[in-house]
Amino acid sequence: MTTRENSTAIDTSLAISTRKLNLWYGTFQALFDIDLNIKQGLITSMIGPSGCGKSTFLRTVNRINERMDYVRISGEVDVMGENIFGSDVEMLQVRKQVGMVFQRPNPLPISIRKNILFGHTIHTGGKTGKAEQDEIVESALKQVLLWDKVKDKLDHKATTLSLEEQQKLCIARLLPVKPSVLLMDEPCSALDPKGTEAVEELLWELRGKYTILIVTHNMAQARRASEECIFMLMGKVIEHTETGEMFLTPKHKETTDYIEGRYG
Amino acid sequence: MNKQTRASSKTTDFDRLNRDWYIDKAVQILVFIGGISAIVFIIGIFIFITKEGMGFLLGDFSFKEFFLSPNWRPTSENKATYGILALIAGTASVTGLAMLVAIPFSLGTAIFIAEFATGKTREFLKITVELLAAIPSVVWGFIGLAIMNPLIIDIFDVPVGLNVLNAGIILGLMAAPIMTSIAEDALKAVPDRYREAAEALGATRWQVIYKVVLPAAKNGLLGAVLLGVGRGFGETMAVLMATGHAINIPGSVFDSVRALTATIAAELGETAVGSPHYKALFTIGISLFLITFVINLIADLVVRGVKKG
Repeated sequence: MTTRENSTAIDTSLAISTRKLNLWYGTFQALFDIDLNIKQGLITSMIGPSGCGKSTFLRTVNRINERMDYVRISGEVDVMGENIFGSDVEMLQVRKQVGMVFQRPNPLPISIRKNILFGHTIHTGGKTGKAEQDEIVESALKQVLLWDKVKDKLDHKATTLSLEEQQKLCIARLLPVKPSVLLMDEPCSALDPKGTEAVEELLWELRGKYTILIVTHNMAQARRASEECIFMLMGKVIEHTETGEMFLTPKHKETTDYIEGRYG
Repeated sequence: MNKQTRASSKTTDFDRLNRDWYIDKAVQILVFIGGISAIVFIIGIFIFITKEGMGFLLGDFSFKEFFLSPNWRPTSENKATYGILALIAGTASVTGLAMLVAIPFSLGTAIFIAEFATGKTREFLKITVELLAAIPSVVWGFIGLAIMNPLIIDIFDVPVGLNVLNAGIILGLMAAPIMTSIAEDALKAVPDRYREAAEALGATRWQVIYKVVLPAAKNGLLGAVLLGVGRGFGETMAVLMATGHAINIPGSVFDSVRALTATIAAELGETAVGSPHYKALFTIGISLFLITFVINLIADLVVRGVKKG
């Protein structure tokens, strides 16, 4: 910690900041020297063609990539000013701070209520009273605009919900753990346009309370639903600017080509 | 001649049956016979044992004596009695103990293989478990007779080492490999995204297994246990060798017992075909057939439930 404070002052307005982040899957290098500063409270989108390392970056910040034993990482990733690969850092606490929403909605095959309480229970040891649990469930579901739809069937299996509702539930179940960052890996790719719209609406709703980093294949979505935008290509960050600027006056040729649909 | 010219004058030959057509038909019939033969055999077996045991069921059979009397004295000079209560107690006690041994073993192994072991360790373990499942039951019986027997006499200071404890442990070890395989399949069938979801929320490995994987796989695991129970009821040779083969309602695990299956195996060769004893043995066969059939059916339905839910 002290060495870092000497070299660079910690910018508290940054939610995620990386320095020289490299990542290998076995011998394949997926990320090259990523230096990113993602601001707190904003919605930042990541765009780029398939295989450019967007999802890999996301999965690194949540440390879920380390489930696979052939992943090797070098460099530094700070979340809320602290290096998540520090020797005194407990991986589970990182995952608690950094919630992750996956491409395919993945509610657990238990009731809606238990899904919401899952994260909370495993981090508190399940010693919360029923009244408090009810409150947690209600507030989480209200935040994702799902409460009215499911309040009468909280004991139903979460897997019986529609895909859109499942994805909202997956966002809702992160909230009781009180994360500071929400990572979303193409959260709308399994949803129809109506579902997509609903989830995007939800993003704006959550804006400010959480730092949101959303990977998307859909450039229109990046444009609509984010304030800053990162363009990645072949494991490198090409451009990171304010979203409007990125789409109006991109600085790099690769960015122009991509957003104009010349490849991708 | 006339006919031939007409045939050859046709430009299409949509009705031509070539060699592939005949091969296809032949294979279809062969596969159909193969498929239906299982049903034919099971019905045939059932009809056969029912026919052989029927005479007893219709004649000397007394429901009360057969199921509720512990006296199995088919060769008594004065009055032969055919009570299988002691035999049922023998089979049930051995199977019960076997499950106590097999369930922790097989579930533990399955969880380790499916959730923790990776790469070569996992492959090695899977092959070993399959090899264990292939050990002939007479070998297990031999282990019970030659190794467990003196060991139990030594350790527990009892006069006889061929008893419920011996047979239960042997049968438990015998049933464990197949239970492990099925339990592992059930754990494997749990989609990885459930694990990923739970881990992304900060759950530990154990929390993932305990709170997500086991509940999601519970039907398959229950199916594995029921198949183990079915195996226990049906096992003959090892049980015959390790139980002590004494008709007895066991009061403790150190009592010798006799199993239903072992009774048939030991006595059928020495009875006159068609005698009441012979028929009584076949009635035991019917009971066993029905018991294992019901257990397997329940196991099957339970495992199937996993796919629907």
